[in-house]
Amino acid sequence: MDLTAISPALLVASLMVAATPLLLAAIGELVVERAGVLNLGVEGMMITGAICGFAISVETGSPYIGLIAAALGGAALSLLFALLTQFALANQVASGLALTLFGLGFSALIGQGYVGLKPPSMGRLSIPGLSDLPFFGRVLFGHDPVLYFGLALTLATWIFLRFTRAGLVLRAVGENHDAAHALGYKVVRIRILAILFGGACAGLGGAYISLVRVPQWTEGMTAGIGWIALALVVFASWKPGGLLLGAYLFGGLTVLQLNLQAAGVAIPVEYLAMSPYLITIVVLVFLSSRRSLTPGSLGRIFHASN
Amino acid sequence: MATPLIDIRGLTKAYPGVVANDDISFAIAPGEVHALLGENGAGKSTLVKMIYGLVRPDSGAMTLSGAPFAPSQPREARESGVAMVFQHFSLFDALNVAENIALGMETPPKMRDLARRIREISHEYGLPLDPDRTVGDLSAGERQRVEIVRCLLQDPKLLIMDEPTSVLTPQEVDILFQTLRQLSAEGTSILYISHKLEEIRALCDEATILRLGKVVGTCVPRDTTARDMAEMMVGTALTPPARAGQAPGDVALEVDGLSLRSPSQFGTSLKDLRFTVRQGEILGIGGVAGNGQDELLGALSGELRAARDAVRLAGAPIGHLGPEARRKRGLLTAPEERLGHAAAPDMSLMENALLTGAARKTLAPRGLINWRGARVFAEDIIARFDVRTPGPLSAARALSGGNLQKFVIGREVLQAPEVLVVNQPTWGVDAAAAAAIRQALLDLAKNGAAILCISQDLDELMEIADRFGALNEGRLSEIRPAAGLTVKEIGLMMGGAHGMEVAHAEA
Amino acid sequence: MLRLEKRAQPDRRLALASPVLAVLATIVAGGLLFAFLGKNPFIAIGTIFWEPLFGEFAFYYRPQLLVKGAPLILIAIGLSLGFRAGIWNIGAEGQYIMGALFGAGAGLAFYPAESPLIFPLMIVAGAFGGFLWAMIPAILKVRFGTNEILVSLMLVYVAEQFLASMSLGLLKNPEGFGFPGSRNLQQYASAHNAEIIAGTGMHWGVVFAFIAVIFAYALLNRHMLGFHIRLTGEAPRAARFAGVNPPRLILFCLGTSGALAGLAGMFEASGPAGVVSIDFNVGYGFTAIIVAFLGRLHPIGILLAGFLMALTYIGGEIAQSNLGLPAAAIQVFQGMLLFFLLAADLLTNFRIRRAVPEAA
Repeated sequence: MDLTAISPALLVASLMVAATPLLLAAIGELVVERAGVLNLGVEGMMITGAICGFAISVETGSPYIGLIAAALGGAALSLLFALLTQFALANQVASGLALTLFGLGFSALIGQGYVGLKPPSMGRLSIPGLSDLPFFGRVLFGHDPVLYFGLALTLATWIFLRFTRAGLVLRAVGENHDAAHALGYKVVRIRILAILFGGACAGLGGAYISLVRVPQWTEGMTAGIGWIALALVVFASWKPGGLLLGAYLFGGLTVLQLNLQAAGVAIPVEYLAMSPYLITIVVLVFLSSRRSLTPGSLGRIFHASN
Repeated sequence: MATPLIDIRGLTKAYPGVVANDDISFAIAPGEVHALLGENGAGKSTLVKMIYGLVRPDSGAMTLSGAPFAPSQPREARESGVAMVFQHFSLFDALNVAENIALGMETPPKMRDLARRIREISHEYGLPLDPDRTVGDLSAGERQRVEIVRCLLQDPKLLIMDEPTSVLTPQEVDILFQTLRQLSAEGTSILYISHKLEEIRALCDEATILRLGKVVGTCVPRDTTARDMAEMMVGTALTPPARAGQAPGDVALEVDGLSLRSPSQFGTSLKDLRFTVRQGEILGIGGVAGNGQDELLGALSGELRAARDAVRLAGAPIGHLGPEARRKRGLLTAPEERLGHAAAPDMSLMENALLTGAARKTLAPRGLINWRGARVFAEDIIARFDVRTPGPLSAARALSGGNLQKFVIGREVLQAPEVLVVNQPTWGVDAAAAAAIRQALLDLAKNGAAILCISQDLDELMEIADRFGALNEGRLSEIRPAAGLTVKEIGLMMGGAHGMEVAHAEA
Repeated sequence: MLRLEKRAQPDRRLALASPVLAVLATIVAGGLLFAFLGKNPFIAIGTIFWEPLFGEFAFYYRPQLLVKGAPLILIAIGLSLGFRAGIWNIGAEGQYIMGALFGAGAGLAFYPAESPLIFPLMIVAGAFGGFLWAMIPAILKVRFGTNEILVSLMLVYVAEQFLASMSLGLLKNPEGFGFPGSRNLQQYASAHNAEIIAGTGMHWGVVFAFIAVIFAYALLNRHMLGFHIRLTGEAPRAARFAGVNPPRLILFCLGTSGALAGLAGMFEASGPAGVVSIDFNVGYGFTAIIVAFLGRLHPIGILLAGFLMALTYIGGEIAQSNLGLPAAAIQVFQGMLLFFLLAADLLTNFRIRRAVPEAA
């Protein structure tokens, strides 16, 4: 076993990369849940985004077009969820599960011709001088653009929810949809927009895995990250700041676990590999007593009776 | 009369199976306080929703200050100067006062300016409010202030108030009336919806009376007796329930030092409650909504567990027992919320009869359900309590409020309880059903049961209760004989104006 | 414009019709998908639904219907109890794996001794394995209020890793030439879940599935506990008022569904699969969710839905080998079924009306 092989700068940098898909998917879900909708289909939207992004990148040769396609793919799938839950008034838990089951199958179907291919590379930010700094250069200025986009999106979401009127209306809809309706706000419209945003974010997060993090396509490659993103929203008490902390903490654990595997620590690979899921459970247990922070209408069906 | 502020001509709105409003017409002058009087189900809410743009009329027209007025959504109504204070508050518990108010405005100023405006306006009208407080932590009266201030900030020409006093103590009602008179003097018209006749006589200039969706009369409340208005509203002369005074028997239910933390974040914890109810006696517990009524019912039904000795039934400690064990011993309860608490909305009446009847009616010996027995029990309730329904297989939510309430009360009464606890037994129920329910409670007491009636309707409590106490912030007042209590005394027992009367000194 | 209007009562006839509508809609949409993939939709649909039942090799496929249907039904029955009460165990896949590991492990512990007691012991161990795995989310929910959806799902991934570890370690066949899996239980008489009547596909798991259906039916329709489960799902507050003890209900529903999923895993490992190996689980635990909803959470419905879903599995395999239809296409097909089902449910609770043009 050789722990000295783990370089701190690389560790932190790869931690940030590992955290990004989580952060992207979770920030989308956070907005969805703040609007009072529980979309358990994050995993399905992520894997759909992963294959859409991968396939389109390979076909066009541009990772950016791929990313746009991934966002559109995730949003398209979430539109199905929106139709089911907002118009057909179906149970949100069941609809979310349906989304995940469908997304896994759909991505496997599309992905058949793409196994073993390499996607075009995204390239890293490179600022002469800054990017060459020891440690900080690699950690702060040496990433791909999507990673920065994820951070910016988190900040933007925080500002949106905290300081804008639209954000206030969104929170109000999530808190008490009947009261929001009585005041004349379009509950269903606002929720559909939130769901689409969540889908697009999950799609981006998925594409980040297949285009940057891994980068290749394998069936079921999101491996539960969508579910962990859901847990992360609870962890963060529905606050963007907490999400950032949670995603980086979790990314750190994942990377550490992988590095320990590589360094040949005397723990079997399987037990290291299950650790992220176990840790998620432990975190959920510690946070589940703070239920009062949950948006008031979360998961409840809204039907304007008149 | 000059141009009326709002003129309503022939408004009609039908829902499948019922005409909620049938050719309604009336007008309100600027600065007039106009009462809309009617029973539950008379069509008051539908009418108001049409004025506020939540519901579109099938036919008919309105004019506002002479111009055609047909709001297709609340936003348009608000822009035209119509503001509304809802009966069930449209507030967001987790948001603060300023955020709540901003949500009700079309173009709210910056948060800091808004907070200042809230302080100014709320003081000016004698309704002080702190813009930074979380709404969920406010009392019912304060929550209503949020709604009112939200309306006032938009300089309304017409202010609609839907049953505003049901959440207030008599002293708080006085403060509200001062505010409303001040507004009216400044030229704001007020449409005041209520079924409380004395209030209308004290406040309103004109009254329009609705029954079954139609206008059945108009009057000047000051010149009309409450009795005449009541008969116009109900259609027939009501006979008050008959009660026979009798000497109470042994102590049936004893609550001794009951303290309980509320399970919900914005609930009220119970603090050291002590009282007894004797056989054949009705104890009335009054108080403004949200002062611990739900928690008290939960602690007695067994949904919330208390200390063993805090609740005693015929001398035996039962505070630690669950609902089924208490029912077996003869303590039955009927919660306030009919749909979802006292009854499961999507289940049939037969299944809902089983819901509480399983133990005392032995409908499930050794856990195996006797469906035939449950059906017979349901049919019995339907027949003896005159529940209007196609039959025991109808879903609970298909019943009207009054009929379902009769079913819920009947279900408990027919199980021959030793002690019956009811919360808001006639809330949202039409007058005939309410009278029947009160009579059933009186009859049950006459036969020796002890009854605890929690209610926010003071008239009801004065009508049926032998002794009276009031809940205020989870504490119980001294318990006094109901006969001879004055409104002022009752108000003080309910907590008076909660220390807020000062604000009107300068007004 | 169309408008929704809530029905005063759920329409019972439509409640029965909506799964049929959903199946028909899925066949149409699935046909379009197959056509898009370049297959003749009529042949593809025919292959999936007709071949296994009435085709040339039906004598081989019909027994498979029981073999594939039994685990789905067994798991879905358990899940439906919880789903009815609003308790969402979606980690049946993990409980299925643990049942297989415990069951197979209990049998292999005695290898090569033969005894009639070994198989019953394996059944108990299998049920216990699944039960234990489901108790984790159950106890965490009762004790700390932790979300059972997320915990039960996380435990699927943990179970998969545990399965890998066992397949490569403790349970690995010492004579298996490096194969990542256990000894073949089909060749160990005392531990073999053999067909009860040869050639019918009828093994002990099928018997247990039928028993589970009957048990669930009686529970939900005749017993107070079943009434309380339904009540909790429809009106949780009314359930507490009626005297339901929510923690006990959570433990019961999750425990039962875990035990049934564990049984399914155990019967699969000791019978049709014969081994526990690194890729032992094929998603029955997730497909059973579709089965539970397709059967409207009703035991008889689940029985029918289980066989229908087994049919798509078998038919899908045939279409895969005969027509080259990708396996994932069948997965999509099953996912679509759930979508259509959820959408069709709208009709039972709501009436769709054409909105009268509003008088403006």
